[in-house]
Amino acid sequence: MANYKYHILLCGGTGCTASESPKIKANFESILAEKNLTDDVQVVATGCFGFCEKGPIVKILPDNTFYTQVKPEDCREIVDEHIIKGRKVQRLLYENPEDKAHISDSKHMGFYKKQMRIALRNCGFIDPENIEEYIARDGYKALATVLEQNDPMATIDIMKKSGLRGRGGAGFPTGLKWELCRKNEADQKYMICNADEGDPGAFMDRSILEGDPHTLIEAMAIGGFCIGATKGLVYIRAEYPLAIHRLQVAIGQAREYGLLGDNIFGTDFSFDIELRYGAGAFVCGEETALIHSMEGKRGEPTFKPPFPAQEGYLKKPSNVNNVETFANVPVIINKGWEWFSSIGTEKSKGTKVFALAGQINNVGLIEVPMGITLREVIYEIGGGIKGGKKFKAVQTGGPSGGCLTEKFLDTPIDYDNLIAAGSMMGSGGMIVMDETSCMVSVAKFYLDFTVEESCGKCTPCRIGNKRLYELLDKITKGQGTMDDLDQLRNLSRVIKDTALCGLGQTSPNPVLSTIDNFWDEYVAHVKDKKCPAGQCKALKQYVIDPEKCKGCTACARNCPVGAIKGTVKMPHEINQELCIKCGTCIEKCKFNAISII
Amino acid sequence: MDMIKLTIDNREVEVPKGTTILKAAQTIGINIPTLCHFELEGLGVHNKPGSCRICVVEVAGRRNLAPACITEVMPDMVVKTNSMRVINARRTVLELMLSDHPNDCLQCAKNGRCELQKLAIRFGIRHNPYEGGEQSNYQIEVSPSIIRDMNKCVMCRRCETMCNEMQTVGALSAIERGFPAVVSTAFNQHLEDSPCSFCGQCVAVCPVGALTEVDHTPKILRAIMDEKKKTVVQVAPAVRVALGEEFGMKPGSIVTGKMVTALKMLGFDYVFDTDWSADLTIMEEGTELIGRLTKFLNGDKDVKLPILTSCCPAWVNFFEHHFPDMKELPSTAKSPQQMFGAIAKSYFAEKIGISREEMVSVSVMPCLAKKYECGRDEFKVNGNPDVDYSISTRELASMIKQANIDLSQLPETEFDSPLGESTGAAVIFGTTGGVIEAAVRTAYEVITKKPLPKIDFEELRGLEGIRSATIDVDGLKLNIGIAHGLKNARKLLEDIKAGKCNFHAIEVMACPGGCIDGAGQPLHHGNSDVIKARWEAIYRADKEMPIRKSHENPSIQAIYKEFLGEPCGHKSHELLHTHYFDRQTVVEVGSEN
Repeated sequence: MANYKYHILLCGGTGCTASESPKIKANFESILAEKNLTDDVQVVATGCFGFCEKGPIVKILPDNTFYTQVKPEDCREIVDEHIIKGRKVQRLLYENPEDKAHISDSKHMGFYKKQMRIALRNCGFIDPENIEEYIARDGYKALATVLEQNDPMATIDIMKKSGLRGRGGAGFPTGLKWELCRKNEADQKYMICNADEGDPGAFMDRSILEGDPHTLIEAMAIGGFCIGATKGLVYIRAEYPLAIHRLQVAIGQAREYGLLGDNIFGTDFSFDIELRYGAGAFVCGEETALIHSMEGKRGEPTFKPPFPAQEGYLKKPSNVNNVETFANVPVIINKGWEWFSSIGTEKSKGTKVFALAGQINNVGLIEVPMGITLREVIYEIGGGIKGGKKFKAVQTGGPSGGCLTEKFLDTPIDYDNLIAAGSMMGSGGMIVMDETSCMVSVAKFYLDFTVEESCGKCTPCRIGNKRLYELLDKITKGQGTMDDLDQLRNLSRVIKDTALCGLGQTSPNPVLSTIDNFWDEYVAHVKDKKCPAGQCKALKQYVIDPEKCKGCTACARNCPVGAIKGTVKMPHEINQELCIKCGTCIEKCKFNAISII
Repeated sequence: MDMIKLTIDNREVEVPKGTTILKAAQTIGINIPTLCHFELEGLGVHNKPGSCRICVVEVAGRRNLAPACITEVMPDMVVKTNSMRVINARRTVLELMLSDHPNDCLQCAKNGRCELQKLAIRFGIRHNPYEGGEQSNYQIEVSPSIIRDMNKCVMCRRCETMCNEMQTVGALSAIERGFPAVVSTAFNQHLEDSPCSFCGQCVAVCPVGALTEVDHTPKILRAIMDEKKKTVVQVAPAVRVALGEEFGMKPGSIVTGKMVTALKMLGFDYVFDTDWSADLTIMEEGTELIGRLTKFLNGDKDVKLPILTSCCPAWVNFFEHHFPDMKELPSTAKSPQQMFGAIAKSYFAEKIGISREEMVSVSVMPCLAKKYECGRDEFKVNGNPDVDYSISTRELASMIKQANIDLSQLPETEFDSPLGESTGAAVIFGTTGGVIEAAVRTAYEVITKKPLPKIDFEELRGLEGIRSATIDVDGLKLNIGIAHGLKNARKLLEDIKAGKCNFHAIEVMACPGGCIDGAGQPLHHGNSDVIKARWEAIYRADKEMPIRKSHENPSIQAIYKEFLGEPCGHKSHELLHTHYFDRQTVVEVGSEN
């Protein structure tokens, strides 16, 4: 086996791939070949490092140097300086925003300091297409332990005691779910992985699949053993081609190594995994809809009971868990439930992965222990609000969640606290908004998504969400009435109360939580016909201050719709009927004469 | 049986385990409103998507409201069906539905019978609080039998359940998602390009005006007015046991004589009976059965058995679409409607001295597929159809009402002659098992040349989906199969394909219960007692007939003597028999092609 002096790890996740990481890899390889260093330096495309804001990331081992925003043309300098001369390339190191000092080791960066990586433990560390690297990191050890012990109930008991809850959003205890499925006897059962990640902006499942596919295979085999299933199915959206590819490679390798297939580790246990592709419908993340979609039927939910544990795929008892949930399983077996349950809060154990996005400095994928506060996440890990603006709200739980305000910044994050605050954990989207975000528009954005993604089966979701969207649209256009606000509230409550599945039951949350937390902003849109955040186009008025206007005609000449009239050297005026609020006039005015009111 | 005690609206109730809240409430007289929910008890029809959310109730300890139609009772459950939270939710859901529904109730075919309209009345909905308007993505589509106005679809999925689960036709399912979601054909193709059998069961269960029948009544009124035309009308057996319901009479009332009076009052020149041509069908189909059986008994290995009945046009469409490779099995005998039309426009037109073009031939049918059937090219001579218009029982009722006639008060009149005399064997064509019983009555006597010891074959009667019986025909064991509902027909066809079938003859009717529950009958709104009452009436009508065997019908005997010659003879083949086509549009799952 080659004994490398250096390992160049570079992010091969979807985000960095889009920022030319394959080209960076090729450049490294050709430069190393040119310099005869291929026996000394290994280049590895790993999964996502998480710090997407600063991607593409290149990490050099053994010295743990963390280069950010690397371009293909930087490769030669890294090889010449770092690999050959042992000098770090200072300009590519992360710059601490506080004191502008360069930090070379990621563990000293604010973004990573408070993180705890269990589900993402191997992402950005191993080559996901090489099973040996997974095995070297205790891979398949948990499966071996479980099969050797040959006591499914004991393993289920470990899962129950660990306190692991479903990471897909609802937070159902995983061990209990397995136990319920185990109890239903059948000639065939199915262990299903829900990899239909659909929340806008969330990509934790994709990152795990791309960065550490074997952990899913191992966990599904463990789960299959526990519930008595010999077949595993991964329902994955076809828009994840890289994840699908890596998973297929991993399944192939696992079969080759006898870790999938008949008589795994020489035991009586046989298990294999197949992939099923989804067309990207959000509702297919709901487990009954997911199962129908896998069966080739229309992806729409049905009433529970019967639960999948009773009647699932092809009417056989089935257990559906999310990718991130599975990623925790091998670690719990290896390190023990006591260790896992010592992390987190009373009712929410372990860690949670969040996709941090929005008006925040450090956009990326983070994994934090349950119980961390929103303030720590936003200000310490996220590096605070972009451009030094004021924090306004943070949206968690995706289209099913709500917006939390400043008063919740010190609330420890866990399933129950988020629900109590009017939001939810969801699959882990976390979108930070600053003072320029209009909360009515935010609610409208999510409703637009839900209207698009509703399957159309039940009345409240099919028609009700459309009506919610229309009311919000009316309000953002300055045509809303106070009755509309009443209607919005009543309709939201009824939809929550009557919709068939989780999608409809939670779709009004963005409306209710913004109404509750930003009532004045709604009223401003309705009564004063003003958008306090200045976002709602229809409510903006561009006006020229006649005192400041010199009559230079720059605005009038550049206005794309000819809405500005005036004679040279005389104050100009904007025709509000014609103005499309594009902002060109403000940009062109050299005298600061135009403002938005 | 495990019993469960619970409280509904502060009243204790005890029901068997597995009962829904909806049914439990009904046992104490609480009528929870429903819309999507649909069941035909005893006929295996269940539509329970739990999707309209009109039936929601409050269950103590539950976060959200529960749909009463699919939530099963639990011990000590405390249910509120009329709290303000529930009423507000139901009103809001109903307002949502109405906000997405065209406001053309006055011209809607379902006006006055629409279940959504009834709910709007019950909840006193007076205005639409939403400004967004209804979805209007879909064009009204007219097929020979069915009109689809999908903008009126409320996504109750009843039609989908009938089409897929009851009939296994697979023409209808939900398309699109979110607001534009409706039930339609794959890719929203025209119904005629789909595997639709035109059984019309979708129309029979649609709670609103999304699926309705093509209305021919205005054309018939004009034909009656046209002095240059002679109008000839035939009425199917199942119509006479259901028409009365439209005039407030009890389900199961037999109104044959009153119906004839009404048709004469409407101005039809000749009022005849499809029962007459049903007897004719027995002569042809029975002879064909005997012929094939004889060949089989004589060792002919190529003979096509079992023989399948062919009087149901939806069933004919079904096997042409789904089992075209088996199209040699059904009898080639035309349906009674088409036999009647062929005779009316040849034999009878000649008799009264007019050309076929001068005759307008109308049929009153419990069926919507008959509308499609009479338009088939093979049932036309030089483009002139043997049956010009087929109308449903509902359309006839509408014509009678338009003419200020109260059917229930009318005296009785006999059908006209010669195409009006019939037997008890013909009237039972109106229900499942009837055609084959009529055939057996004749075949027995023809084969054995002995009178039947007992006319009633109880073993062939009933409402189970698939039934079978072995009839001893003087030592010859005749194995009979019966299926109603195309799902059951499919099962028998698959058994035949797999060589697991030892029947000599199989009767198939597409609609559950047969023609008594045809899609053209008065709406039963999910009350299967109505269907059972019609079923009993059919056998009562049979008993009341003086002659109960088709071959004993003197008018039938006369036409063979006078005009047709022999059953299955040359003239019969020309006028009374047909052939079938391969209409496969979809490759069946599991088939090799």
